[in-house]
Amino acid sequence: MAGRKVAKTGNEAMAEVMRQINPDVVAAYPITPATEVVQIFSQFAADGAVDTEFIAVESEHSALSATMGAAASGARAMTVTSSQGLALMYEMMYIAAALRLPIVLPEVNRALSAPINIHCDHSDTMGARDAGWIQIFSENSQEAYDNIVQAVRICEHPDVRLPALVTTDGFIISHCMETMEILGDAEVRDYVGPYTPAASLLDPAAPHTLGAIDLQDYYFEHRRQLAEAMRQAKARIVAVGKEFGARFGRPYGLFESYRLDDAEVGLVLLGSTAGTAKMVVDALRADGRKVGLLKLRVFRPFPYEEMAAALSRLKAVAVMDRSDGLAGYGGPLFDHVRSALFDLERKPRVVDYVYGLGGRDISLDDIRAVFDRLAAVAATGRVDPLITYLGVRD
Amino acid sequence: MAKETIAKPGWTALPPGGVLPAGTAHDFMTGDWRSFRPVHDPAKCTHCLICWIYCPDSSVRVSAGKFAGFDLDHCKGCGLCAAVCPPKVAAIAMIDERAARAEEK
Repeated sequence: MAGRKVAKTGNEAMAEVMRQINPDVVAAYPITPATEVVQIFSQFAADGAVDTEFIAVESEHSALSATMGAAASGARAMTVTSSQGLALMYEMMYIAAALRLPIVLPEVNRALSAPINIHCDHSDTMGARDAGWIQIFSENSQEAYDNIVQAVRICEHPDVRLPALVTTDGFIISHCMETMEILGDAEVRDYVGPYTPAASLLDPAAPHTLGAIDLQDYYFEHRRQLAEAMRQAKARIVAVGKEFGARFGRPYGLFESYRLDDAEVGLVLLGSTAGTAKMVVDALRADGRKVGLLKLRVFRPFPYEEMAAALSRLKAVAVMDRSDGLAGYGGPLFDHVRSALFDLERKPRVVDYVYGLGGRDISLDDIRAVFDRLAAVAATGRVDPLITYLGVRD
Repeated sequence: MAKETIAKPGWTALPPGGVLPAGTAHDFMTGDWRSFRPVHDPAKCTHCLICWIYCPDSSVRVSAGKFAGFDLDHCKGCGLCAAVCPPKVAAIAMIDERAARAEEK
């Protein structure tokens, strides 16, 4: 079924898909650059364009708490945030995952304070990486839209029942107008289907306790279940992405391999920078250089086996981290990718580039310079410096 | 200790998300660490049931609208029942649990 071509910003696309999903409850608090999503959606609620109970709360901590309460009561519930707002949700995020509440949270990636900064990097999302939430990154508005629709199906599956962050890059995508294709309202509602909660606190026929204390003798078992749910999520993400493609013409996987098949060197990256990097790949390919990239879509669960297979033939890989884990080592994506490749018989050399913090622009020339460096890494096998801060003034 | 002797389930057998069936606290003898025990005097009691309303552990038993004894498996000995029993009635006294048990033996 062909969709309708429209021009939308990332924020408009996310608000639009929330309208089409028509969740039972949305509790949200505005924060730049995700403010518009909340604002547009609250207008939908005020206009009666959705059946949603919209709760204007006093903080992001309350936003997620109210969303969790709604989800525990059997509602399909969503919230939206960014940056400091997400950081204020961290405490509740761990609980939402462990209570197995399938909340879908459209999120706009933005730097964390200090210094205060409203522009894009991935520090906020990376700060939540161990909270038990599925994390799906989007390159553009179209992917943000498609990923949110799919996330509902992924999260609510009985084998998964985990919450998910679906992210776009602040301003670069959230405020950038692009043409994209949207589905019909009926198509979306039919695709996500009615929500059947595993348990509802409002069901008097099945009273239960939620969130009881678990000490030395049960906590470990519940955490083991959570680990399993995250592993199970991978198969669901693949199945849902394939089915979405068959139905609407845009298939999705755990990552996108771009001109990687016969490549000798490649990048691994997340989000909007993939668009810029693809242009560089095309230009270098036109000059006969064997370059490619892997755009990771799903950071949690981390597809380490699939990624190792996809990168196994490369001689050198540059991981592009739009956050610095301040580990005294590389960024979080670098940690993961390098570890995923460890068991390969023939390993590519792997270097890290921390870039784009606080919205620092990344240009075609920056990426071209990374590919030039990778050619040298492939030729010499030398990886020092292992970690480079790309685009920072010396 | 009712449930403690049963083999604990493995992670695949537990309900996901820590969801528990309601009312399971009833299966545990949660009153065994009580320091004070409520004692009821049927001669004084007017069956106003204020103690039943106030008991935080549902340990005041009622039958046919009348006080029918304490559930000492679950009573923690907090003394609220004795405190709220109207002063003119004073049908509930708190006694030392250890002394009461010694006397029972």
